[in-house]
Amino acid sequence: MSTVEITANPTIDSPTHHDEHGHHDHHHKQSFISKYIFSTDHKMISKQYLITGIIMGCFGMGMSLLFRMQLAWPDETFPLFESLLGKWGKGGKLDPNYYMALVTIHGTIMVFYVLTAGLSGTFSNLLIPLQVGARDMASPFMNMLSYWFFFLSSVVLMSSFLVETGPASSGWTVYPPLSALEKAMPGSGLGTTLWLVAIILFIVSALLGGINYIVTVLNMRTKGMSMNRLPLTIWAFLLTAVLGLLSFPVLLGAGLLLIFDRSFGTSFYLSDIHLNGVGALSNSGGSPVLYQHLFWFLGHPEVYIILMPALGISSEVISTNARKPIFGYTAMVISLIGISFLSFIVWGHHMFITGMNPFLGTMFMYVTLIIAVPSAVKTFNYLATLWKGNIRFTTGMMFAIGLVSLFISGGLTGIYLGNAALDIQLHDSYFVVAHFHLVMGSAAIFGMFAGIYHWFPKMFGKMMNKTLGTLHFWLTFISAYLVFFPMHFMGLAGVPRRYYQFSLIPEFDIWMDVNVFITVSAFLGGVAQLLFLYNFFNSIFRGEKATKNPWESNTLEWTTPVEHIHGNWPGAIPTVYRGPHEYSRPDRESDYFPQNDPGNGEPEHYHAPVPIDTSYSGPKEKPSKVFFSSFAHLFLAKKVQA
Amino acid sequence: MSNSTTVSNETIWAGGRSPFNVSYGKLMMWIFLLSDAFTFSSLLVGYGAIRFSYAGSSTPWPDPANVFNHFPFAHGLHLPLLFVSLMTFILIFSSVTMVLAVEAGHRKSNAEVSKYMILTIIGGAAFLGCQAWEWSQFIHEGGRLDSNMFGLTEAGLKKAESLSFGSHYEWLAADRGPGPVPFASLFFIVTGFHGFHVLSGVVLNIIVWLNVIGGTYIRRGHYEMVEKVGLYWHFVDLVWVFVFTFYYLI
Repeated sequence: MSTVEITANPTIDSPTHHDEHGHHDHHHKQSFISKYIFSTDHKMISKQYLITGIIMGCFGMGMSLLFRMQLAWPDETFPLFESLLGKWGKGGKLDPNYYMALVTIHGTIMVFYVLTAGLSGTFSNLLIPLQVGARDMASPFMNMLSYWFFFLSSVVLMSSFLVETGPASSGWTVYPPLSALEKAMPGSGLGTTLWLVAIILFIVSALLGGINYIVTVLNMRTKGMSMNRLPLTIWAFLLTAVLGLLSFPVLLGAGLLLIFDRSFGTSFYLSDIHLNGVGALSNSGGSPVLYQHLFWFLGHPEVYIILMPALGISSEVISTNARKPIFGYTAMVISLIGISFLSFIVWGHHMFITGMNPFLGTMFMYVTLIIAVPSAVKTFNYLATLWKGNIRFTTGMMFAIGLVSLFISGGLTGIYLGNAALDIQLHDSYFVVAHFHLVMGSAAIFGMFAGIYHWFPKMFGKMMNKTLGTLHFWLTFISAYLVFFPMHFMGLAGVPRRYYQFSLIPEFDIWMDVNVFITVSAFLGGVAQLLFLYNFFNSIFRGEKATKNPWESNTLEWTTPVEHIHGNWPGAIPTVYRGPHEYSRPDRESDYFPQNDPGNGEPEHYHAPVPIDTSYSGPKEKPSKVFFSSFAHLFLAKKVQA
Repeated sequence: MSNSTTVSNETIWAGGRSPFNVSYGKLMMWIFLLSDAFTFSSLLVGYGAIRFSYAGSSTPWPDPANVFNHFPFAHGLHLPLLFVSLMTFILIFSSVTMVLAVEAGHRKSNAEVSKYMILTIIGGAAFLGCQAWEWSQFIHEGGRLDSNMFGLTEAGLKKAESLSFGSHYEWLAADRGPGPVPFASLFFIVTGFHGFHVLSGVVLNIIVWLNVIGGTYIRRGHYEMVEKVGLYWHFVDLVWVFVFTFYYLI
């Protein structure tokens, strides 16, 4: 091993490859297919992810509106059901089995297709090469494959609506035995098979993408882009990719065993089952709880796969638009790493009532509650960044602040749900629905919107309409709270989730008015998204032309030309001289200091001169004495109690 | 070597170069293997969970030594785990030839890379052949995805205790009965998933070997592709060590 090999590596490493080819690549014209369809350019793949994600989001939200209609007005008939769903909405009444299918596919689409692929896929693809200073992903070809596996997976999932027995309907977690026995309910037939195939294709896509993201961040940073100068978006995408890479394979294993149980007669998850009209099944030896363990080993990291990119995006958007360095950059990175690590050892809190050993439940409870620490660090850092900032209320900024709000209100209830004892009352109730829709559903969607509004000029070279954006934000923000906040009270009163009709159950009947209120609010949110759709597509074609750096941001993506070129930078890749958050420095004339600006010999970070009070001359306590005496105080207090 | 130590830790991570001093492709392979390790772990953990649930059960988990005790052309002899040991030896030996191929690649000796790649491919194919024989034997004796006949009755247990290495035996109908259902299905899943990996490895090795004899790596100036499939091959080998330990030995 010699230094020559270390520094040059010209034959192997692709950044240098691209340097050679970057220039002449955009001279020969690309065909429609290689430019828009089977594109290997990360910027185009990012747009493909985004638009597929938006389409899937429309399906997901549309489904939620349909089943909200059922919940609000269970005794009414809606011709809409029959015209949309055919035999599943005969006479304008939604079929109970189809209600379950809608709930299931709504969850699947939102969790995997919108907030995993749509969020992480879009922004990791767009921002990783641009912000670390690379010509493209490490392997553009694998990147393209990743998108097309995702696309195929979406098509397979949606095709289950065309199946006679309907889509999968055992909840987005597809727990066996409901999902393992083809005859358990209509959706357990071909619909669940298609669901499993779709998820396996999705896992392949996530792995191909994730490997690329990690390697690009580690291997292809430009000169000067050390790890502690990475924008927090990149840290979030890197750790998200690591989580996906280590947790999705476990879902693959779980899915593989489930497929064998369904189709080949094995009994990994099945034992001692008696089915009405069929009799006792011969399956023995398996355990449905095994599936739950394997599923939630993915399922919990998945929550952070959804949330962390949103947190990273809002860090960047908030810092830029508060015109201040992010408060506690290192603390932000450490808390992301802490969340990532903890997310792998808390899955049991989804299973407190499966009959697990209470001691094990206690351990899962402790580690779950510890996650509140890094989460709170992040929240306080957002607030401290906003504090006395020179805030510019761009639409992206409003959504980023909205994320902070939703993250706090949804996160607090996580502390209730993380308690093994409280969970006996709260599990599987609307309290859970309220909690996760606020903290990971709405918060992550707000992060995604913040990202779309902030980086739209980079993606499409146009600006989005600010008035429509503001309206979109307020309507979405208000409706998110109106929809999910009342659900807390329903859940505390014991209203269970996933029920088809409450009007038949006397003790839940009193919540009918609240259900109507929630549904009306949900429609308000739906209308808001129509505004977004109009604004999004209209701005692509007729939006105001964007300037190179519309938000006066420091990061490298704003140094690339507005018109996309293959290889990102027309000349050499810029060198980086400082961290991404050097805003409002008193030693600079302009209030931002781009990462690639060599400057005039300013220090990397600005430190205000601290005035030292020299007038005091009395006795001084040693800091160590103060520290230890505080503990002594604790012990003394304990003794008195005893 | 001495030069590389002059690169300080700060500049290693400062961007503009790979901090691990590897190409993106090799890093990708490492990361993929990490991910694949979790897939195998999920299957092995599932196996462990199910097997533990049989502790103290009326249908105890069969002793693998009484199930995998056949050897080709040695019908009726009790040779516990001898055949699977041979398979393990073959696979580990193919890892050795893979190391030699990678080493020859460093010396840029195309002929030797080709020779050792062929040996590795033969090793992999031999392992797959052995596995096919073992599966067919297993199925022949009543191993199915939804049932199996590897449970021992009282008489069978007594007979099993009297067996020693190389002794003659024959299972009678009264000796064996239905065993735990997951015993056979887990065997098929765990060894099948591993076998699928070996098969993919052999295919990759063949592709790389064709590139070797086609002179692709001479033109490219390095044999990194051999190293990458080498990493995969060693990983598959390592996984087998765990499968062998947990499924056959314990």
